[in-house]
Amino acid sequence: MKKIKSIVALVLVLAMSLTMWGCGGSSSSSTATSSKKSDSSAATSSGSDEAPAAEINATDDGTVLNIYCWNTEFQGRFKAYYPGYTPDGEGDEASGKISNDLGEFTVNWVITPSDDNAYQNKLDETLPGNTDASADDKIDIFLIEADYALKYVNSDYTVDVKGLGLTDDDLSQMYDYTKTVGTNNNDGTLRAVSWQATPGLFAYRRSIAKDVLGTDDPTEVQSKLSDWSAFDSVAAQAKEKGYFMLSGYDDAYRTFSNNVSKKWVDDSNTIQIDDALWQWVDQTKTYTDSGYNNKTSLWSPEWSADQSKAGKVFGFFYSTWGINFTLLGNSLEDAEGEEKVGNGIYGDWAVCEGPAAYYWGGSWICAAAGTDNKSLVCDIMRVMTCDQAIAKKITEDTQDYTNNMAAMEEIANSDYSSDFLGGQNHIALFAAAAPNIDISNMGAYDQGLNESFQGKMKDYFTGESSKEDAEKAFYTEAKEKYPDLNSPS
Amino acid sequence: MAAAKKSKVVSYTKWGYIFLIPFFAVYIFFQVVPLISTIYNSFFENYMAGLNQIGPNFVGLSNYAALITTGDLVKYTWNTLLMWIAGFIPQILVSLLLGVWFADTSCKLKGDGFFKTVIYMPNLIMASAMAMLFFAIFADAGPVNQILQNLGIREAGDPYRFLEHTGSTVALVATMNFLMWFGNTTILLMAGIMGIDTSLFEAASVDGASGSQTFFQITMPLLRPIFVYVLLTSLIGGIQMFDIPQILTNGDGSPNRTTMTLIMYLNKHLYSKNYGMGGALSVMLFIVTTILSLIIYRVTVTPEEY
Repeated sequence: MKKIKSIVALVLVLAMSLTMWGCGGSSSSSTATSSKKSDSSAATSSGSDEAPAAEINATDDGTVLNIYCWNTEFQGRFKAYYPGYTPDGEGDEASGKISNDLGEFTVNWVITPSDDNAYQNKLDETLPGNTDASADDKIDIFLIEADYALKYVNSDYTVDVKGLGLTDDDLSQMYDYTKTVGTNNNDGTLRAVSWQATPGLFAYRRSIAKDVLGTDDPTEVQSKLSDWSAFDSVAAQAKEKGYFMLSGYDDAYRTFSNNVSKKWVDDSNTIQIDDALWQWVDQTKTYTDSGYNNKTSLWSPEWSADQSKAGKVFGFFYSTWGINFTLLGNSLEDAEGEEKVGNGIYGDWAVCEGPAAYYWGGSWICAAAGTDNKSLVCDIMRVMTCDQAIAKKITEDTQDYTNNMAAMEEIANSDYSSDFLGGQNHIALFAAAAPNIDISNMGAYDQGLNESFQGKMKDYFTGESSKEDAEKAFYTEAKEKYPDLNSPS
Repeated sequence: MAAAKKSKVVSYTKWGYIFLIPFFAVYIFFQVVPLISTIYNSFFENYMAGLNQIGPNFVGLSNYAALITTGDLVKYTWNTLLMWIAGFIPQILVSLLLGVWFADTSCKLKGDGFFKTVIYMPNLIMASAMAMLFFAIFADAGPVNQILQNLGIREAGDPYRFLEHTGSTVALVATMNFLMWFGNTTILLMAGIMGIDTSLFEAASVDGASGSQTFFQITMPLLRPIFVYVLLTSLIGGIQMFDIPQILTNGDGSPNRTTMTLIMYLNKHLYSKNYGMGGALSVMLFIVTTILSLIIYRVTVTPEEY
């Protein structure tokens, strides 16, 4: 009896542990087959790419336009400026209709947030099978961000925009760096176009600057923030008055990470941490320990709250889109209300160059290989990124900085002023900064590595781990995200 | 044939086997095949590097070697067990107490149906929803911190950052596991206690046994099979712990990977489509689970007969 009982119990133990193991195993093997599928279709699409450049992998017989992106920024622009587009319903709807000379089309927006590489993984799953997908499921347009743009423009999953029908003339007013980012390094063709250029500035609260520095004039504030040691001393002054210089750990990150002297990953696939990044680490540790920042993390609710009326933060490093899209949204007291002085701290902001030149982000539009709406995609690219009148209008309406040199020069030299920034013409500052953007150290791994580096260093800033442990954890996580990378020996 | 005809007993044995076929068919397709393919995959280098597929290349045991030499496996096993134990100890204590109270007729509890329902309720909430809830409640600007600051326990403007410290994060995970599972455990233990012959309790009270004597001398020994079952299922569930720490720490196992569980680690590899490492980790997980289960089994099933 005793023996049978123990045998039964033993079998139960084994059965239970087998069950759980089987569950883990089944999910991994089912995904394994899907990757094999994508592997074979990747081979076919790269095969088709060996054809002459004029014969791009795109046709013109579709009626459904699928757009993949990670937030609603482009959707908003599209809704406002693309002629003939009517959304289905109000707000951030998932679909709409286009009716113009090219015909009638249904538009589907597929939005996947980009955290933790989720958006890229979604693209990586879908793009390889795109040529063979059914007509209504084909991706036609997808958006990419600066941090991983190279991964896609250097692949065969994007097509030459000139093959779609864009001409050199169309592209002539774009900032050169936006074209360099979009250029495939194998054949030199342009694979992605952008409607924006993204030089970065330092946006500060006028009222707090007056309290701390006695002035809110952008030129005078800039003279007091012109380098990092000056910035540090203003931070100390702000602290004395009960303010924080920056909101969180990651705020200054881009001003350092865009001024690195080497890429994240070297030619032998080894991760290298640039000295500029270590400077950021040391500075942020000092700021955290001295109480110069409010210990928030980028994009967290606390960080957003610091940009509202109740916030006590001197300023934020933001590039173009951040000012009109993020900062403006966060600074309103009544998010649904009219955007005008009196709603929250609308009008209490101003921008200056800050201690270091940098850029941050930027979105590019790509046509997916296999698209069946060639002419429509081309028309969208031309209207959204090449049209001087529309570029000018976008800037005037939304304060965004668009990728059209002629239009931006025109606004920079006009008496344009932003009510949100207390009457400042910030476009002039952007126009001065945009030509200096240097993207030579951009790489395909930037998003994942930036995100992990910020995440792991946070444990060092909070005092939960040592700098060495945080660095080690960063390498561990980096290699999980990118199994092809090595940590330095 | 002639001999079979003469048999006086009609054999139904074959029906037993026939009725077992559906189970074995499902078992083979959904358990054995994936299981073998996991072992097979674990010997290969097979992942996506950006948009390029690397492998599959046969690499022998190097995936296992990588797992063991980095020491990560031990660390995450320890994290997982720590969070499980921290949740299980209060869970089993509270459940035993409640089980005894609910089952004890002399307590004459009113509305016990109501209480049983209430304590079971948290288990009906999805674990990820529970984790989101705690994430919001214990956020830096969340209600708990506001209360702490209003009561003067923390200075205004200096919230306690629960998710930036290992201790508090582990405590939150353990609390959630406790809240979600103590009701379920109570019901199981109560069923076990009610299965014990009441004449034993009566005899004990006639002999003048105190409450604690009754509990330790009668309830516990007779409850042992159910107790072992609860322990084992909880352990296996604990090793599979994933959704609560995953959602609470946004998949990071922060701070400094001290709340990273084994399955979260597996998820990290599968997220980057690293099937070789994922397979190797799954096999190791199987071995770890089996060993732990055997240890518990050994320790708790004593060779006595009652």
